Amino acid sequence: MTLQKEEVKLPQELLDFIKNNKDKKGYEIMILHKVQELYGYVPRKVAMELSRKINIPLAKIYGVITFYHIFKLNKPGKYKIQVCMGTACYLKGGQDILGEIENILGTGVNTTTEDGLFSIEIVRCIGCCGIAPAMMINDKVYGNLKKEQLIEILGEYTKLEGKEMKNDKN
Amino acid sequence: METNEKRKIKILINKKEIEVEENLTILDAARHAHIKIPTLCKHEDLHATGACGICVVKVEGMKKMVRACTTPIQEGMSIITHDAELHEVRKNVIELILSRHPNECLTCLRNGSCELQKFAEEFGIREKFFMPILIEKPKDLSTKALVVDAKKCISCGRCADVCQNIQEVWAIEFINRGFDMRIAPAGDILLADSPCIKCGQCSAHCPVGALIEYEETEKVWNALRNEELFPAVQIAPAVRVAFGEAFGLPPGTITTKKIYALLRKLGFKAVFDTNFGADVTIMEEATEFYERFQFYNEKLPLITSCCPSWVDYLEKYYPELIDNFSSVKSPHQIVGVLTKTYFAEKNNINPAKIFMVSIMPCTAKKYEITRTDDMFASGFQDVDVSLTTRELVRMANSGGIDFENINEEEPDEILGQYSGAGTIFGTTGGVLEAAIRTAYYLFTGNNLQNLEINEIRGLKGIKTGTIKIDSKEIRVAVAHGIGHIKKVLDEIKEAKINKTKPPYDFIEVMACPGGCIAGGGQPYQISDKLRIKRTDGIYNDDRQQNIRYSHENPMVKKLYEEFLNKPLSSKSHKLLHTKYKSKPIYYK
Repeated sequence: MTLQKEEVKLPQELLDFIKNNKDKKGYEIMILHKVQELYGYVPRKVAMELSRKINIPLAKIYGVITFYHIFKLNKPGKYKIQVCMGTACYLKGGQDILGEIENILGTGVNTTTEDGLFSIEIVRCIGCCGIAPAMMINDKVYGNLKKEQLIEILGEYTKLEGKEMKNDKN
Repeated sequence: METNEKRKIKILINKKEIEVEENLTILDAARHAHIKIPTLCKHEDLHATGACGICVVKVEGMKKMVRACTTPIQEGMSIITHDAELHEVRKNVIELILSRHPNECLTCLRNGSCELQKFAEEFGIREKFFMPILIEKPKDLSTKALVVDAKKCISCGRCADVCQNIQEVWAIEFINRGFDMRIAPAGDILLADSPCIKCGQCSAHCPVGALIEYEETEKVWNALRNEELFPAVQIAPAVRVAFGEAFGLPPGTITTKKIYALLRKLGFKAVFDTNFGADVTIMEEATEFYERFQFYNEKLPLITSCCPSWVDYLEKYYPELIDNFSSVKSPHQIVGVLTKTYFAEKNNINPAKIFMVSIMPCTAKKYEITRTDDMFASGFQDVDVSLTTRELVRMANSGGIDFENINEEEPDEILGQYSGAGTIFGTTGGVLEAAIRTAYYLFTGNNLQNLEINEIRGLKGIKTGTIKIDSKEIRVAVAHGIGHIKKVLDEIKEAKINKTKPPYDFIEVMACPGGCIAGGGQPYQISDKLRIKRTDGIYNDDRQQNIRYSHENPMVKKLYEEFLNKPLSSKSHKLLHTKYKSKPIYYK
């Protein structure tokens, strides 16, 4: 991929945030958190503009945002599916749950469906070991999951969008 | 009065008391005591990171083993560096590294020079170790100068350290974490689109085959067996003082005439010397300087442009200084174009059949040979392939050359003879010193008597001085290691903005610390000690020459009489000069 210089205007909220915090120690990572909060991910053109603005090499920004899981490089879906792979969930078949979700949505971990509705990610322990295997969709927790339930659960969200859930297997 | 003497403390290493400077790490203290603690990540040039974990040692009173590279010594500390238990622990660490490293030694460019391979051999790892977990990662060949083979990376961090903290280029960084971690440019782009200037310092410091030169020896072998072609070759100044290291000679040994002989044995029909090109570069550049100093003051300072990494850097980050750049091509391009014009005409050889190979201490030269249309000034690609010193070592070995016992030979006319000024191009300060020797002659009509300019010699990052030519004062600056240049350039930029007189008249820049003698394509194991030895070799070569001024090289005189007329003539402009353009890239 060739990098093109893109003009991008940073939102006023971010500019103010930079201005107010630039003397604080470790402010660079705070700014990246702010970007993550504002956009839901760290868009590349924003990272590039930011590197100019706060005089930090782009390589350094990417070192940080690809190290910490909290930062996302791609735009998340409207419904963020977090499949737990903590020890309990993993032992109770978390991998199967993940595989089934991938099958249904036709996309993999750390990607977003083409319609922008769902994104899938793996998390380590959401503190619901008692109801393993578990997952979260946005703020809602689903526990004691069985593969067969997933089409129905995801279907509820597509219904909200006025769409039908397709399952290639049926 | 302050003394330079550092306070010394006593420690015990392997029960033996030694006295060493305080503030050392255990690793360095052990080195002083001539005890080698194995490490894969700590390099003499670079910071300690504690990444590899092989340098663990035992310290009395500490429950855990500690990493020697990051643990400072203390008065009275008792350290065990080697015993059977440490051997086992280190062996385990190496086995763990190997479990994530592809077992491709036989087809790897670093086969035989790999630091990991060496430890695997020394520690006696013969069986299958841990279950391997290998993740395919893309190979980046985009620069055609360097190759990033991320799956071989052992995450030692040397490349990122040298790129970010020594060179301050910030082309590469660790991307992702854990098993997915790889060394790559930021933002999913190719190295060719990154801030990378192809200096190759990453490849000179990488302990394994994760960052290597773009290898082109096969291309050269193919040319050598093609009877239609006329293979010609040239060697750079810095190659002659480092090449011998690969054959057991001490660093700094001058092996110029042995290399000529080896190149003929490999099948090259004309053996030239890049030093001749350096002499021509000086004729043009010193004249350029003379004219600017006398008549076009606004185009000062003049900045040297022999280093292709430096050219790339300037085009990317300081395009506003392009007017200050010397338009003269680098020496190997000059020998290239003159081979396919002057030499070809004189000897009735079809230039289309000439295959010009340059042997360089450098990875960026591979990029330079097709940098712009100017590199095709002869009507053909002026230099067809540029090989690093390391690549020539491999060719010599596979070519069955007994380098130690090979008889010395002379280069071929008419692009082989060189002056001492040409040879010092290989080290930091050398280009400027050579240029001053000839500029002095241009200003005064006499030769500079004290021709060794000590102010601009040595390994200090930025060297400045004032050189007197009659009543004129030439203010010079020399920077090496691209990280050092920013300060000098910012001063120039500021003067430009404020419309004041810039602080320097003539600036030399070489991208690699120490200059070309420690270039990214030179034999491995670089350190400041080695830099000094190779530099001494270069200055010895200068002293051994009967002719030490470029303008006195008889072959250079002949070239101008027979072919180019005079420096900066229209013909030399057409063949020997080039242009630069702004290359906007994202801000590093």
